[in-house]
Amino acid sequence: MVKEIERAGIPAVHMCTVVPISLTVGANRIVPTIAIPHPLGNPSLDPAEEKTLRRKLVERALKALSTEVDGQTVFEE
Amino acid sequence: MTNTQPNKMRGGKQMGKIKVVHYINQFFAGIGGEEKADYKPEVREGIVGPGMSLNAGFKGEAEIVATVICGDSYFNENLETAKQEVIEMIKKYKPDLFIAGPAFNAGRYGVACGTITDAVQKELGIPALTGMYIENPGADMFKKSVYIISTKNSAAGMRDAVGKMVPLALKIAKGEQLGSPEEEGYISRGIRKNYFAEKRGSERAIEMMLKKLKGEDFVTEFPMPDFDRVKPNPAVKDITKAKIALVTSGGIVPKGNPDHIESSSASKYGKYDIEGFENLTSETHQTAHGGYDPVYANEDPDRVLPVDVLREMEEEGKIGSLHRYYYATVGNGTSVANAKAFASTFAKELVADGVDAVILTST
Repeated sequence: MVKEIERAGIPAVHMCTVVPISLTVGANRIVPTIAIPHPLGNPSLDPAEEKTLRRKLVERALKALSTEVDGQTVFEE
Repeated sequence: MTNTQPNKMRGGKQMGKIKVVHYINQFFAGIGGEEKADYKPEVREGIVGPGMSLNAGFKGEAEIVATVICGDSYFNENLETAKQEVIEMIKKYKPDLFIAGPAFNAGRYGVACGTITDAVQKELGIPALTGMYIENPGADMFKKSVYIISTKNSAAGMRDAVGKMVPLALKIAKGEQLGSPEEEGYISRGIRKNYFAEKRGSERAIEMMLKKLKGEDFVTEFPMPDFDRVKPNPAVKDITKAKIALVTSGGIVPKGNPDHIESSSASKYGKYDIEGFENLTSETHQTAHGGYDPVYANEDPDRVLPVDVLREMEEEGKIGSLHRYYYATVGNGTSVANAKAFASTFAKELVADGVDAVILTST
């Protein structure tokens, strides 16, 4: 799906936990996430901390979208 | 001593029964489904689950001495550690052969099977093979380095998979010469083998061309590699002015799943209005995905689709706006063809709606 969105001319960032799959599929901008059942959260944190964590990940995704890339790029911390 | 006759001689080497270690996930081990997907690696003496039919297929030539079991999420979320833990377990048994799966179309299981088969081969130097469906992401990742038997897309194809895995497993364990991918049933590794053809190349090429001109079937000798890559689009110039849309394969849908998106092998996607939603809650939304433990996403769907944070950033002026609609499907054994068709359809709408960038989340 991420590839079809890119093909249509819209930059897309893929937020996922299993980065090797995303690389195989062909996403260009990738942000690694927390865990498979809760990519953008962590139920062991209290709600406020969890939201801060989610915000950090989303900010990284927005940064990825604002960054020119040549090929597949993983945006780690 | 005179009673120590070797029971078989292979290549002048004395060899008894071929010792096999088998790898399976928590589901096939009967430990549990998604709620147990974080199960840590464990080794059990002997045969567990699908190992039964493999072992029966060996007809005494080989025997499964141990089975390593690991939860699919644990393996994928901790790739390096899990790989090392599993390798250590396998090493202790000094097997002659290693088999993983078959994983069919289970994505995380396929990645685990491919990763561990590749590592056993490289790090332990032990012949190894696995089996999975051609669209499993593990197949694309590892088909060049390991033998992957091409299986059907669900466990209903177990008998067929075992029927192909057993003969190939015995052959690679004995170091016998292997036939082509078509003959042996494995996914092409892209390795070329020299052989003497009866007709020379120019003749074969002309025959192929004549067939093509007549519209008849022909088999190419050099399939063009299928590199479906899309060049990255230019970056968003000013994110504070951009309209951002959310898309997910994590199955987040309004409560009750109004479009009845299937929990696996989805045949459709949904387009949902989030105007006025400050965040997603267990009252309003849920996941329809059947391929991961739904507890966390159902408790707070923002953990998969971060509407809360994007709404906040919209208010703060950190992004231009959050697009009114999000698109969702279930990426669980869903065919590549379907996923492609869904996205090419809704991407047109995103373009028409003036969306500048997309955040796509996956579980």
